Amino acid sequence: MKPLPWRSLTETALPPALTFVVAIALWEGAVRALAVPKFLVPPPSDVLFAGWTERASLASALLTTARGAGLGFLLSCSLGTSVGLLFSLSRWLERGLYPYALFLQTVPIVAVAPLLVLWFGPGLRAVAVSAFIVSVFPVIANTLAGLRSVDPRLSDLFRLYGAKLGDTVLKLRLPTAIPSMMTGFKVASGLSVIGAIVGEFVAGFAEGNAGLGITVLSSYRQLKTDLLFAAVLLASLLGLSLFALVSSLSTLLLRRLRAPG
Amino acid sequence: MLQDIDLVIEAGSFVALLGPSGCGKSTLLRFVSGLDSPASGSIALAPGPEEERVSAPPKLAFVFQDAQLLPWRTVVDNVALPLELQGVSRAEARRRAHGPLAEVELSDVHERFPDQLSGGMRMRVSIARALVTEPSVLLLDEPFAALDELTRQRLDERLRKLWQTRRMTVIFVTHALAEAAFLAERALVMSRRPGRIVLDHPLQLPEERTMDLRTNVEFVAQTALLYRALQQHGALDDAPRQASRS
Repeated sequence: MKPLPWRSLTETALPPALTFVVAIALWEGAVRALAVPKFLVPPPSDVLFAGWTERASLASALLTTARGAGLGFLLSCSLGTSVGLLFSLSRWLERGLYPYALFLQTVPIVAVAPLLVLWFGPGLRAVAVSAFIVSVFPVIANTLAGLRSVDPRLSDLFRLYGAKLGDTVLKLRLPTAIPSMMTGFKVASGLSVIGAIVGEFVAGFAEGNAGLGITVLSSYRQLKTDLLFAAVLLASLLGLSLFALVSSLSTLLLRRLRAPG
Repeated sequence: MLQDIDLVIEAGSFVALLGPSGCGKSTLLRFVSGLDSPASGSIALAPGPEEERVSAPPKLAFVFQDAQLLPWRTVVDNVALPLELQGVSRAEARRRAHGPLAEVELSDVHERFPDQLSGGMRMRVSIARALVTEPSVLLLDEPFAALDELTRQRLDERLRKLWQTRRMTVIFVTHALAEAAFLAERALVMSRRPGRIVLDHPLQLPEERTMDLRTNVEFVAQTALLYRALQQHGALDDAPRQASRS
């Protein structure tokens, strides 16, 4: 039985919306009742107000960060998938290079960011590379796991008919790997925004195009905590929207491939 | 795992390979298909009369226990797959897939996806996929084991008819005695590990095999004979295991 659309909407959207309203009300009430200094925790109304008055600069910051995160994300998807594919084709390559791919996952990005500025110059490129470094590993790992999950009997079938490597990859391994790859892309989408913000902390001062990371830093220095909150919220929303975009693309694709999930 | 297997299978014959689980009958089938190679010994596939003219090795097809279809391909595209892999263009492969689909009576569902079919229909697609390359040797590894009894009996009958019209060599691995007796011209019974062939029996049953055969006295006698062979050689699960195991 298929639930009616309005019903599924109330079921999925109503509980988080209610949580949101209640949390905001509690926050506003608590901050006012306890007279918490505004530079420590501003009430939501202040955050909203700061967001509105600074809307022009926030919008431009959001766009800048989105560009860096998006570029890093696309790099992760394309390079990560290619590396995963290469690893799946050669055990030697995988054994030789996988530990270093893992290194990308464990490298403290904040410590490496200054290097990125040295190598790529301040601005978009360094920010995108930072987003890439933080988000590429889940793509590699999930692509590899997906390509390895082919049913051995289907591999036998392809072998029996003398399938060329190209055909085996295109007609068997990649379609099998897509659900797993999509999981990797989803994880990477959220991570790329984090990587971009961190990158901006160090590498974001350039060409007058400052991202949300810079907004966070400068509002912190001026104790404009309400603006800081607004910037953090926008960054989270950016991550969420990117995730939602990738998620819905993935659902569409998986439905076409008749894959479960 | 296998021991002292010395076997000649005539072109165009229908052979059932019976044995307890894990006796190595599937392994033997994989050796014949060339998917695996034995540690010692050899398997030779002699070209049949048709192939002699072109002096190519006989074409093999393999049907696995589950239909093993690609879920993202429609029925017709699944059947066309072997041809595509052998370099036939997609359009031509699809065109040629319609013949075998008609043979298993699935023409009307050719644009459906595997998840829209029943288990029996998926198995028929799998058989059509095996037939599309016009194989001279068809290997089936417990193909109907996961299906319900009625579906299985209908598929047995269909497979027998396909063999009668095409006269390819069929090696059919099963652990079901009645299925072996119903289908084959010759039954081979294997023992527990190390698998040996303990009975090589020609089934003297009528050429035309329909549902009625299953209650025929001679059919029941032949099935009983296969049962005794399995029992005698410790091949049944409840029989005492043989002392010598390698």
